[in-house]
Amino acid sequence: MASEAVSNHDDHAHPETHDHHDTGSIKVFGFWVYLMSDLVIFGTLFATFAVLLRGTAGGPDGSEIFDLPLILAGTFALLISSFTYGMAVLAMTAEKVDKVKKWLWITFVLGAAFIAMEIYEFQHLIHLGYGPDRSAFLSAFFTLVGTHGLHVTFGLVWILVVLYQLRTKGLNDMTRPRILCLSLFWHFLDIVWICVFSFVYLMGAL
Amino acid sequence: MKDSPTAHGSVKSYVTGLVLSIVLTIIPFAAVMSGALSLNATVWTIVITAVAQILVQLVMFMHMDTKQEEGWNFMSFVFTLIILGLVVGGSLWIMHHLHLNLSIG
Repeated sequence: MASEAVSNHDDHAHPETHDHHDTGSIKVFGFWVYLMSDLVIFGTLFATFAVLLRGTAGGPDGSEIFDLPLILAGTFALLISSFTYGMAVLAMTAEKVDKVKKWLWITFVLGAAFIAMEIYEFQHLIHLGYGPDRSAFLSAFFTLVGTHGLHVTFGLVWILVVLYQLRTKGLNDMTRPRILCLSLFWHFLDIVWICVFSFVYLMGAL
Repeated sequence: MKDSPTAHGSVKSYVTGLVLSIVLTIIPFAAVMSGALSLNATVWTIVITAVAQILVQLVMFMHMDTKQEEGWNFMSFVFTLIILGLVVGGSLWIMHHLHLNLSIG
């Protein structure tokens, strides 16, 4: 990354600029703006789901197909993984690279457990004949929950990439902003899941 | 971003966030599973705990405040909320009226 050298000496070269305006911080801010656009994608999917909620076409509605205790277990896995990622960021600021790796692995396992729960739920519903082709409600449900699951899956791949880069490059001005961007991504997915859990599963089970 | 402990939170803020999130997840779950509250009260419990948990995580986990990047993080978030309000609220409003006018279902 060409901007690395600049960010190292930014404070000395431009004493008048604010120290939190280094390139790493700009990357993290740019990623934040991406997350905001991602939030709009999820917003449109939530709106679609709400509009099609009653379009069950004679098929099941939410209260007949949601297995809430299973979903709660997945919710806790994702929630605790958000916390363990926070621990990884704290280990990073303390310059403890081994601890960063340890917390990232724990986060990865919890995220993978969440995805396993979701794959089980999806294949179970499809097996019962309640796939996305059954009704408009189920199409919207699979699209919304599946898009979130796809995001988490990419997050898992990203964690593995960061772990590999920590092994080969260690903590430096290139890997640190990446860990911070991934932390925003991971916490963001947890917040989106709270909305899914509350407005799709809990409301749907009423 | 400053590398001071406050910029990335502390163990205490993460633990507080986790405990609050767990409590705010269990309350609506228990309300739905037990069916102890009326339908209206249950819906409000779900909405209020969800909004509270989102705020807890934004502050405790994502460290959003009005000062980061001279307020641009927060401003872009507020802008996105307005877009979300238009998209979600507007869709529901229009489709509800369409539904009434066509009197389907």
